[in-house]
Amino acid sequence: MEAGTQLEPDILEALLVARDSEESLLARHVLELFITNADIASREKIPVCQDAGVAVLFVEIGQDLRVEGSLEDAIQDGIKRGYQDGYLRKSVCDPITRVNTGTNTPAVIHYDIIAGDKLKLSMLPKGCGSENMSGLTMLPPSAGIQGMIDFVVEQAVKAGPNPCPPIIVGVGMGGTFEKAACLAKKSLLRPLGESSPRQDIADLERQILTEINRRGVGVQGLGGNHTALAVHIESFPSHIASLPVAVNIQCHAHRHKEMVL
Amino acid sequence: MSLLRYRPDFYETLKKVTLPFDADVLSSLRAGDLVSLSGNLFTGRDQTHRLFEALLDKGEPLPIDLAGQLLYYVGPSPARPGQVIGAAGPTTSYRMDKYTPRLLELGLAGTMGKGSRSPQVREAMVKHGAVYLAAFGGAGALLSKCIKESEVIAFEDAGPEALFRFKVAEFPAVVINDTLGNDFYEMIRQGKK
Repeated sequence: MEAGTQLEPDILEALLVARDSEESLLARHVLELFITNADIASREKIPVCQDAGVAVLFVEIGQDLRVEGSLEDAIQDGIKRGYQDGYLRKSVCDPITRVNTGTNTPAVIHYDIIAGDKLKLSMLPKGCGSENMSGLTMLPPSAGIQGMIDFVVEQAVKAGPNPCPPIIVGVGMGGTFEKAACLAKKSLLRPLGESSPRQDIADLERQILTEINRRGVGVQGLGGNHTALAVHIESFPSHIASLPVAVNIQCHAHRHKEMVL
Repeated sequence: MSLLRYRPDFYETLKKVTLPFDADVLSSLRAGDLVSLSGNLFTGRDQTHRLFEALLDKGEPLPIDLAGQLLYYVGPSPARPGQVIGAAGPTTSYRMDKYTPRLLELGLAGTMGKGSRSPQVREAMVKHGAVYLAAFGGAGALLSKCIKESEVIAFEDAGPEALFRFKVAEFPAVVINDTLGNDFYEMIRQGKK
């Protein structure tokens, strides 16, 4: 519920830094409105954005932990209550009939087994204005790093004003079709301003960010030098014949919350 | 409460526009103008448009007369007790492109959302003398403070996709497409602004 009305310090900091280094006067005014928006949301318990998203959860379960009852049911029930009690919009519907489920469930939950006896829940309420601008490609290895850079930059630039820039660009590189998509989503949980621990990937993140911002879409597509606030890349070894690249776009109203039990 | 108290330097630069549109004001708006909207508007998004289309296909009237009106693409979040409405920022407009020319033919004077419109919608706007505005996406809490009254007019079952009437005051937006066919996003891309 808190994830709906409260921006985390990392995204607020990124918006402030962007405002102070923005070249366009109009874009600076708009960034200022977003900072005011976060303040109003937090003080008056109004959602930061009306699209409180599909609830996406990454659940890490320590292998030494024993859970009584259904963890899945407990999470879905928690989401249902959080959206109801938090006055968050219910945005989930049947894909065929388009009838709203009325509870914002089911949430999309990814489970991982890890060492230890802790349970970690990471929640990302994912708005779909930005989700719709995401994409995946299966590049031939001959396309190389440049092919991957070009795909990510094009994906972010052609999205234009649709995903509510300034955006956060999550990239999953390698693995398989579904692994790349999951990595792209998971990379959005990394705190903004934190680079990949791998130097070559950290360099790529900076290079792609610079290139996206050079292209001038800008805040809300209104111009300026802040189309993206960050590029996060997660990688995984792939087949010798394959170079999957997934791009998951997130809006500036980037809400996320982590909790360890 | 006036939003002017937050950012007077910004709000004072906005062109004041009253809703529904006055024909002369509508044709005087230019791509790139920053506007402050006051008056009544109607809302609708994906499901609302599907329901509009179903009525029109059956030859039945729409629940409202669209002539001169502004249709805002938004699915608001529910109001807490004591609030007029929850967060109410724009949704992405291209999803409504398929339905828009038909509504412009019925006299709809303007639409408001975020993101570019299709060539067909842009053409229809020039033909019928309509405008398209962008509201600030991801500022739903702030924009909710510009909404003074809210009531459901039709399609209540559609929840956030119902047709609402909002009375707004000093609601900020940018003119993207004017009645002459200019497109502000395109002007920015081409470095004309």
